[in-house]
Amino acid sequence: MSTPMTTYSFRLYVVGQTPRSASAASNLRGLCDTYLPGCHEIEVIDAATRPDLAEEERILATPTVIRVAPLPKFRVIGDLSDQGRVARFLGLPGVNAASPDGPER
Amino acid sequence: MTGGAAIQRMPTGISGFDDVAVGGLPVGRSTLVSGTTGSGKTLFAVEFLARGVMRYDEPGVFVAFDETPDDIRRNAAFLGFDIARWEADGKWMFVDAAADISEESLTVGTFDLGALMARIDRAVRQIGARRLCLDSLGAVFVRFRDRELIRHELLRLIHVLGSLDVTSVLTTERDEEYGNVSRHGVEEFVLDNVVIVRNILLNERRRRTIEVVKFRGGTHRTGEWLFTIDQTDGMVIIPLALLAPRERASQERVCTGNSQLDAMLDGGVFRDAVILLTGPLGAGKTLSALQFADAAFRAGERCLFHAFDETRDQLSRSAAGWGLDLDAMEASGLLRVTAAYPEVASVEDRFLQIRREIRDFAPARLVIDSLSALERRSSPRTLLDFVIALGGIVRQDEITTLFTAAPAGVGTSPITEIANLTDVTILLQYVDGTAAVQRAIAVLQTRGSGHDHAIRQVSIDSAGMHIGDPYPGVFRILPETATMPAHPHRGTTGLGPDG
Repeated sequence: MSTPMTTYSFRLYVVGQTPRSASAASNLRGLCDTYLPGCHEIEVIDAATRPDLAEEERILATPTVIRVAPLPKFRVIGDLSDQGRVARFLGLPGVNAASPDGPER
Repeated sequence: MTGGAAIQRMPTGISGFDDVAVGGLPVGRSTLVSGTTGSGKTLFAVEFLARGVMRYDEPGVFVAFDETPDDIRRNAAFLGFDIARWEADGKWMFVDAAADISEESLTVGTFDLGALMARIDRAVRQIGARRLCLDSLGAVFVRFRDRELIRHELLRLIHVLGSLDVTSVLTTERDEEYGNVSRHGVEEFVLDNVVIVRNILLNERRRRTIEVVKFRGGTHRTGEWLFTIDQTDGMVIIPLALLAPRERASQERVCTGNSQLDAMLDGGVFRDAVILLTGPLGAGKTLSALQFADAAFRAGERCLFHAFDETRDQLSRSAAGWGLDLDAMEASGLLRVTAAYPEVASVEDRFLQIRREIRDFAPARLVIDSLSALERRSSPRTLLDFVIALGGIVRQDEITTLFTAAPAGVGTSPITEIANLTDVTILLQYVDGTAAVQRAIAVLQTRGSGHDHAIRQVSIDSAGMHIGDPYPGVFRILPETATMPAHPHRGTTGLGPDG
């Protein structure tokens, strides 16, 4: 299990300033504030202005969030409206990872 | 089309396709190319871009959902396409959308394909792409489970492509060769332009075809067109040109290699004639074919001879038995013999080989001995297409061509249909004599010329074939299903005793 001091790093890919982009960003921030207070960083990338960065990570769908650190990488597609599922899938500390919604496939 | 709103076409550069599509794909539009697994739809997509780079200097973007760019580069290398070099030259760009199984992902809530569209937009602008392929739409549906959302996003994508001024090929999967256009109903998005590729396995014989189902605001040729995949030329759609009207017909006559047969034909055959000679085993088909080749040799003309019934040695021996020195003829450079059992290559590949040889060797005559041997290796329809395609070439180049064949069976053989396409039909047959089996010959048709209507005696000896007097009285040698074509003949020509 990760120690509380591990910094979690996320990259959120969106396209433009849409309501969907905004809700994905606020859902991700809410998660981090709950489970990773003071030990997380979030980078938001707009694929419309930086398609090269979307290309690097081969992003197709937006919004997509990638947990870039700690490894392994996980990615979640969508507006992250179900925060509990997202937290479990991303393996955030303090979440029951053994639930049926843990990492799939 | 009439109406002045005709949509321009972009030549694909795929051999033969632009003839079928009457110019190519509709410019600035998306065309759906649908096919079952292994039908060649990805090859079509790859080659559409590759020919664009090689022949028209038009850069292309390949959006790879099914295979990784590495796989596509490797497969294309077999056809001589150096994609990596084109990428370095800024002529080709991949948008890698292949699934990455090393990374787990989850979908929570709604999303769109905005990032994909941004990446495509970037790639198209970066290299100034004129062509784009997406392979395949089906893979997008497999990747994301929300079908309605994906349908909507693909519709949006197609609009984006329209605004980018690229001509696109979108591939998709079908479940069966003669069923719905595509598996996921995605064809509704691009209903305007649909091409279907098929890979039909019938009685252990493979048959690949391509069909333009519809093109918006334009004409195209209907029906399924045979194609093959060639190491050198890639996808080759075999043109069926025989039925097109000829601009001019040759009035020059050439010898068949048998002066008595020439006499029956009113003085030989026209130089651009396609001759069908049918007859059972041993009736004299191969002998006639060799004499036909000998006539070219004597006239100082080149002849291409494809033998499928015998090996090269057997053919030499047969020829020697009739006083013909095949080896000397070949050594002169005027005769080129290819003897191979039909099982060695498909009929489509055979067509390509003969077409290449015609180009390189420029023969005045062509012999195929026999079509019946090829029939073992193909479907009836394929054999018919082979003859039609070859006929188109030999007519254009005025290559006097002799096809031999076993007599048509009852109602099942394409040979009957082929007889309707040839200019001259000659029948060899056995007849019941009083003491021994005898042979007979008859000319059933000669297009644009008169001919002898008699059924004549034939004898074969060490000097070849001899045609004698007509059989007396009422006589019947025509098969049950008449090979007799429906065309009316011009007047009968009498034939005196041959000298």
